[in-house]
Amino acid sequence: MKEITRRDFIKITSAGLIGAAISKPVFNFIPPFLQKDHTPPLESELTKSPTVCDICFWKCAGWAWKDKKGNIVKLTGNHLDPHSNGRLCPRGTGGLGAYYDTDRLKRPLIRVGKPGSQKFKEATWDEAFDYIVDKMKQIEAKYGREAMALFMHGTTGPHFEYLWEAYGSQTYAEPAIAQCLVSREVGFIATFGQGLGSPEPTDTRNTKCLVLIGNHIGENMHNGHVQEMSAAIDHGATIITVDPRFSTAAAHSKYWLPIKPGTDIALLLAWMHVIIYEDLYDKDYVQKNTYGFDYLKDHVKNFTPEWAATITTLDPNLIRKTAYEMAKAAPAVIIHPGRHTAWYGDDTQRERAIAILNALLGSWGRRGGFYLPEKVDLPKFPHPPFPEPRWSWRTITTDKFKYAIAGVTNVLIDHSLPEYDGPYKIKGWFVVATNLIQSIPDQQKTIRALQNQDLVVVVDILPTEITGYADVILPEATYLERYDLIRNNHHRTPNLALRAPAVEPKYETKPGWWIARELGIRLGLEKYYPWKTIEEVLDWQLRQVGTSLEEMLKVGVKHFDRKTPLYIPDGVNWPFPTNTGKIELYSTDLAAMGYDPMPVYKKHEDPPAGYLRLIYGRVPMHSFGRTINNPYLNELRSENHLWVHPKVAKLMGLENGQEVWLENQDGKVSSFAVKVRITERIRPDSVYLPHGFGQKSKLLHRAYGRGALDNELITKVNLDPITGSTGMRSNFVKILTSKPQKANS
Amino acid sequence: MRYAMAVDTRKCVGCGDCVVACQTENNVPLGYARDWIVEIVKGSYPNTLKVHFESRRCHHCDDPPCVRVCPTGASHIVEGGIVKVTPEECIGCGACIEACPYEARYFHPDGYVDKCTFCDHRVKNGQDPACVEVCPTHCLIFGDLDDPESPVSKVLKEREYYTLAPDAGTHPNLFFLK
Repeated sequence: MKEITRRDFIKITSAGLIGAAISKPVFNFIPPFLQKDHTPPLESELTKSPTVCDICFWKCAGWAWKDKKGNIVKLTGNHLDPHSNGRLCPRGTGGLGAYYDTDRLKRPLIRVGKPGSQKFKEATWDEAFDYIVDKMKQIEAKYGREAMALFMHGTTGPHFEYLWEAYGSQTYAEPAIAQCLVSREVGFIATFGQGLGSPEPTDTRNTKCLVLIGNHIGENMHNGHVQEMSAAIDHGATIITVDPRFSTAAAHSKYWLPIKPGTDIALLLAWMHVIIYEDLYDKDYVQKNTYGFDYLKDHVKNFTPEWAATITTLDPNLIRKTAYEMAKAAPAVIIHPGRHTAWYGDDTQRERAIAILNALLGSWGRRGGFYLPEKVDLPKFPHPPFPEPRWSWRTITTDKFKYAIAGVTNVLIDHSLPEYDGPYKIKGWFVVATNLIQSIPDQQKTIRALQNQDLVVVVDILPTEITGYADVILPEATYLERYDLIRNNHHRTPNLALRAPAVEPKYETKPGWWIARELGIRLGLEKYYPWKTIEEVLDWQLRQVGTSLEEMLKVGVKHFDRKTPLYIPDGVNWPFPTNTGKIELYSTDLAAMGYDPMPVYKKHEDPPAGYLRLIYGRVPMHSFGRTINNPYLNELRSENHLWVHPKVAKLMGLENGQEVWLENQDGKVSSFAVKVRITERIRPDSVYLPHGFGQKSKLLHRAYGRGALDNELITKVNLDPITGSTGMRSNFVKILTSKPQKANS
Repeated sequence: MRYAMAVDTRKCVGCGDCVVACQTENNVPLGYARDWIVEIVKGSYPNTLKVHFESRRCHHCDDPPCVRVCPTGASHIVEGGIVKVTPEECIGCGACIEACPYEARYFHPDGYVDKCTFCDHRVKNGQDPACVEVCPTHCLIFGDLDDPESPVSKVLKEREYYTLAPDAGTHPNLFFLK
């Protein structure tokens, strides 16, 4: 008998019923027991409470909406908020997945087996704290309080930084600094006397020309910047994208410069050459505000577009044409500094070049360039003075990296290794909201350092890979279940935003501030915690600036008047906080420290034969590896793909969707397979792997083993000699088409 | 009243925010979606390459084949031309899923066919659909085509646009701005 497929069946049915559907429905009576209201609730039927998103560092303010049963049903942006302008990004909208994720850490855990054994027993908070305090006292007696290191990330970090200061250790680092933006900050500090901070004060919505160098706005969902780029597109701004990959931003650009990776400084120097030698710079601005123009002019004399073309593989006419576009738009032009700038190890110099180019075009402090941001002068809750540690992150960092402005995680790791034999030994790790196994390059070193500790504590929301190395795991409440410190980031207008709990913490989780305070009290630091709840701290702070917790609970975000101008006023001799009081085209700081006072192009290594350069980046629906297990966001993207140029695919006989493994220049093989995506959107000498996938913790059920993790393959780290920033883009991979012995899957 | 939506492909970055906002607004079960993103790549490296994204959903056609084929009348058109499904009347035969040239419908695990409603519960209340209100790039534009002053009427007058599967004769109300 011929089988009737679903399609056949439907064709027959629908043919026979054409008239019926139009005239009178067959089943038009609905019995009452089947009647159900499918209409979603209106906002008038819900209650809302203010929150500040914690899914990424952009910290958008919004509202958590609850139904009559008290369940959070959705999250939306707060219209008063300049970070979100009332619109959360996909991660923020899907933030409730972090709260509902059943893979969450639920109660404190203490290791019972030996390190690495992954055997834990459930404990009460008291038992967990007793265990930690006991070990911390032993470490203190043997090595001093400074031997307890803190690694922190996000809005929970400050609660523990305060605890560490009170305890007497300043051995701490935020991976997000040296792995991300420190070189950019220092590059701009050395030039303008101040860094960019967050959100970066780029006046994108008013710009006429936006230049993105390896900065993939739209794939990084830096919410306010994505929105402003859209506004710039609306009013016809020219976008120029420099990227070895045809990024989403490149798709929206007038010009795409598919630069050879590692040669950006040559391009920047050539742009400077054109702008100076073709008399396109802002003469009045440069004369009034800058120091060292003649040195710079002489320095870039030979860096012609033709010189840069041989290095960057770009068309010299395109280099010239894009320089003219910038000059035409000046001062409403932004050579964007980017954010994750830890690329090749000369990153401070590349960022200096970006800063200098902006200075030549007069865009700093000008409409459509960079505005001058301001924040609220919010007093800190008073506390007794902190003890002075015998040594700190500064002691072990600034001797090597003279312009370091924060602790470098890799330096702390070096001091945690068994072979470290100096006086500044680290013997305990307290890891707050950062999966160091995944966020820090050279995993094996991190693991060796972890295994050499007398105590490892991890505070987190999810059972990420690093929790497997902990002696004690403390489960933190998600941002929807807790208060945190007031958000006070600079912006066009000074503003404050409040995160308040929408619901009680699930399971036995606790807010970060509570965990830090309880531990502090058990360590005998009561005098630093004269308050019982964080509400007291917040209300006191808010009252100092004329508002209150009560008001903030209603509005979520509050704006304050500016005290300084948004742009540099015409005719004013603007004071820049540098040694010379001017924008330093020639950096007196860098010269004094023995570094190049003006950026110099230095060649980086090329991929060896048979290898491709590994480029990594972001997908818009995820924040690094932190959201891969989020049920909503995992659904949007559950695995990554390896972008391969069609030429390479043809040579290797690769097909779309084929599973491959990667092996890097040091023989390190990816744990899991990744599927190939053959695309014209990448240079043939490179492959692209979106970051964060290929999670190795089996307890993350949606994320485990899906795709490959770039970080595993980043075993070569080029430290920036100026800041200690960890350059990660000089790693090369070859594609393996059959499953290697070493892989997991 | 004729509701329509325009998608500005010059601005869409394909982030998927419209998808998540729809899921949380309409309580769409995990594993399903009423709207989705398509990436379109044309040309070749390095000089002729073009990429754009389309945020897609039900086209709320003027002449919807899904309504025509529905044997029970569960699929129907309401005020403003919005195409809807009454779950209690749907027998889950799937004729509409097959008939839709835009693949805009799916089987809800509760046993009926589900799809985009243009968030008519919000629209009735004077709000935009959830996807429109959340979009960080402001690339979704919604309104009434019968009102020449509505944002969607204005943008369709000013900008070049295209529709999907014009040959299907459905007269869709989802427009893509070039």
